[in-house]
Amino acid sequence: MDSNGSDAPGAFGTAGAPGAAGVPGTAVLEAARPARTPLRSTTDNAWKIVVVGGFGVGKTTLVGAVSEIRPLTTEEVMTKAGVGVDDPSAVADKRSTTVAFDFGRITLSAESVLYLFGAPGQERFWFLWDRLFSGALGAVVLVDPRRLEDSFYAIDRLEHHGMPFVVARNNFEPPRHTLEQVREALDLSPEVPLLDCDARAKESGKQVLITLVRHLTELAAAQYGSADADGENLS
Amino acid sequence: MTGRRRLGPDDGPDRLYTVTGGRSRPATDAFDVVTLIVAESAPVPGMQSEHARILRLAEHPIAVVELSAELELPVSVIKILLGDLLEAGRITARHPRFAPRTNRLPDVDTLKQVLHGLQRL
Repeated sequence: MDSNGSDAPGAFGTAGAPGAAGVPGTAVLEAARPARTPLRSTTDNAWKIVVVGGFGVGKTTLVGAVSEIRPLTTEEVMTKAGVGVDDPSAVADKRSTTVAFDFGRITLSAESVLYLFGAPGQERFWFLWDRLFSGALGAVVLVDPRRLEDSFYAIDRLEHHGMPFVVARNNFEPPRHTLEQVREALDLSPEVPLLDCDARAKESGKQVLITLVRHLTELAAAQYGSADADGENLS
Repeated sequence: MTGRRRLGPDDGPDRLYTVTGGRSRPATDAFDVVTLIVAESAPVPGMQSEHARILRLAEHPIAVVELSAELELPVSVIKILLGDLLEAGRITARHPRFAPRTNRLPDVDTLKQVLHGLQRL
């Protein structure tokens, strides 16, 4: 498995086909971490952050680098016709389709835990958003510098949803362009943080998440008029 | 695109139909994908095996999405099963405090707590 691109395949089975509504097994990327580490009994609040990007860009790798559990894979069932329409009758319906997604977990404190979701960025994925990812704190758009165009759609949709996000360039090889050139190519507004990362490295993944939450803190301070928005003091 | 799936006779729409007793709609909208589920009682003999597995897994808090992965069932099916257990008083649900319908952000203090948690990682 490509160590830097081991996204779970975007399994889009058609439930009408024999067996295709089956459920993918759990993604086992590393044997060292236990698959099941229970949360503390005091945990009473969970947050969501979504990592979105093209196929093979390293979403699962990033989730796995920072997660305290091995990334797990599961799926949701949706009607094919129901793009944008919440239709729970999709279950066991021949018109249904399944969308696989990965997730990992970070315990933040005795009371709170953060779930990280890796989700494909293609058009067909976005009908998951309302059902699974509403209420997410924000998103990380992971981009492959060799295929920037893969993230155009995701960036458009995040802007459309009003979901705050940062863009992280996962460098598979020494970058040939500056981040400013990338910003221009992606037509990113100046306030959207853009940074380099190595999705395989825990510290790098952690910095990506910290950059996102700092960005959120600044946005919240602007929105609520807090005078104490300086995330830099927190490092 | 189904090459990675483990195909078997138990998979497919029929299995999902059986697990949920033919229901396709959760009785309650109460569950987010990260709602934390806590068992309030142990499984009892004769209980549907999926219900029993959920109760065992939820001995400690566990998110809906983790139950989905553990039971290898779609999130929407897990929500139906959880609705049964909630109705029977066998589980409690700890809902995410932040579940906005609009584009509002959590307050700055809350975000700083998240930041502190990440910095300890």
